[in-house]
Amino acid sequence: MSFCVLLLIVIIISMVYFVASKGVANFVNGEVKVSEFLFGTKWSPEADTPSYGAFPFISGSFLVTLLAALIASPLSICAALFMTEIVPGWGKKLLQPVIELLSGIPSVVYGFVGLSVIVPFLRDTLPGQGIGVAAGALVLSVMILPTITSVAADALASLPQNLKESSFALGATRWQTISRVILPTTFPAIMTGVVLGMARAFGEALAVQMVIGNAPFVPHSLFESASTLTSVITLGMGNTTMGSPQNNALWSMALVLMLMTFVFVLLVRMLERRNKI
Amino acid sequence: MKPRTANKIATVVIVTFALLIVAILVSLLGYILIRGFNHISWDFLTSTPQKIRAGGGVGPQLFNSLFLLVLTLIITVPLGLGAGIFMAEYARPGKLTNFIRLVVEVLSSFPSIIVGLFGLLLIVNTFNLGFSLISGALALTFFNLPLMVRITEQAFRTVPKQQKEAGFALGLSKWKIVTSVLLPVALPTIITGTILSAGRVFGEAAALMFTAGMSSPRLDFSNWNPLSPSSPLNPFRPAETLAVHIWKVNSEGLAPDALQIAAGASAVLVLTVLIFNLAARYFGRFIYRKLTASKRMS
Repeated sequence: MSFCVLLLIVIIISMVYFVASKGVANFVNGEVKVSEFLFGTKWSPEADTPSYGAFPFISGSFLVTLLAALIASPLSICAALFMTEIVPGWGKKLLQPVIELLSGIPSVVYGFVGLSVIVPFLRDTLPGQGIGVAAGALVLSVMILPTITSVAADALASLPQNLKESSFALGATRWQTISRVILPTTFPAIMTGVVLGMARAFGEALAVQMVIGNAPFVPHSLFESASTLTSVITLGMGNTTMGSPQNNALWSMALVLMLMTFVFVLLVRMLERRNKI
Repeated sequence: MKPRTANKIATVVIVTFALLIVAILVSLLGYILIRGFNHISWDFLTSTPQKIRAGGGVGPQLFNSLFLLVLTLIITVPLGLGAGIFMAEYARPGKLTNFIRLVVEVLSSFPSIIVGLFGLLLIVNTFNLGFSLISGALALTFFNLPLMVRITEQAFRTVPKQQKEAGFALGLSKWKIVTSVLLPVALPTIITGTILSAGRVFGEAAALMFTAGMSSPRLDFSNWNPLSPSSPLNPFRPAETLAVHIWKVNSEGLAPDALQIAAGASAVLVLTVLIFNLAARYFGRFIYRKLTASKRMS
């Protein structure tokens, strides 16, 4: 049994080591500067003087992630309130399976539905081609709904009953209780859910790749094509030769993704610690 | 605004948003199943895909998905059980245990594409296993193992303390308590969790693109020798799974009916996950009644 645990540690250490060693290769041999990679806006690896600016992808990843969290959080928190505060009986019975099913749907299926429903809808009603940042954010927001909802619902359900009772005893309405007592007390726990959702959105590859358009530019509007780190890696990794500067730049992006995962885990841990007090 | 009016508005908003989520799911499932259902036929499920012409099926992909799932579970279930039991019953609280917990947490929140890339680097290139089913299964192991550990640990933690105390009072050894007292009680939860995680593995694509590969060789379903390259059972052959196929058809499909194929394959994928969900519930309850004394108590 200790072997099984040891295996976990070996896996993670080798994972970090392998991805990091490939990811820093370009910086170590002087092919690309770190600042150029992080803040350069020009991605043209096939030009005569190639440039490896990954800023469009990094900003694209952050943009769709933040947008998805902005769309999904209010919906999820309302769903969690519905399950725990408004109709705890049948509300939970109705929404629990819905949340489970939503989280079970594979990401390629979300991509397919995004491509055949959301993209045509956006193309017909709004400016632009349909594919783009907005479509990516919408697809991602549905994907992270279950994560935020289930964490928020757990937090709300574990709230001590007497807090609510004393609020009602003072004559507060349900909304006053929710907005002034319940939400402030459970705020760190709900934020944990939001951060977990964002972590999922940030790392999601295929669904985003299918609807975002994959143009290597910083978009000027929400309806323009853009790229994320994951979409560029997905498309580029198979078409570049191992060890070439372009390939190594893709590994650097993977390293950025990995470091962001650490940031998200750290955030979750900090929020959980705050939640305990 | 009067508090009472605010309360009414808030309630309406909350209920609307909650019902909106239900509507999203219903229309999502409805769309996938209705659009795909027309395209599902025995022929679609068993025939091989076509590159340029219309009328291809998803037979090999479906088989690959199922076979890969079985391979992954064979590797992850024992490892996950072992690590989970260790974490729940044997690990003493301390720095090392905290570290292991952090490892599990980080590992389970890694994006699946990172898992795939790591698989490409370590398994496909360094271990030289190439794009193959076994590479895919190992990559999925990195992906599924932290989940299994967590499921097992949680299942063991929910077993009432008295059960363990009763075991100790009878003078049983720790190992005996784990295997014959705690495991049977925890097993239904573990099985439910395993089936649900199988659903995730079944739909996973990003981790498999770079490990199991994006193509399937011509398979001969009458050849059951696991060492022959055209045998479906050969774990060292490249294998495109159903989820990867959906991605490929959508991004670079050339067949004129690519959208229908994607719709049909999506419906098959979602239906399978739904079946996993239902099976998890049913099976968990069934095993619980079989293994514990709840039958005799009621």
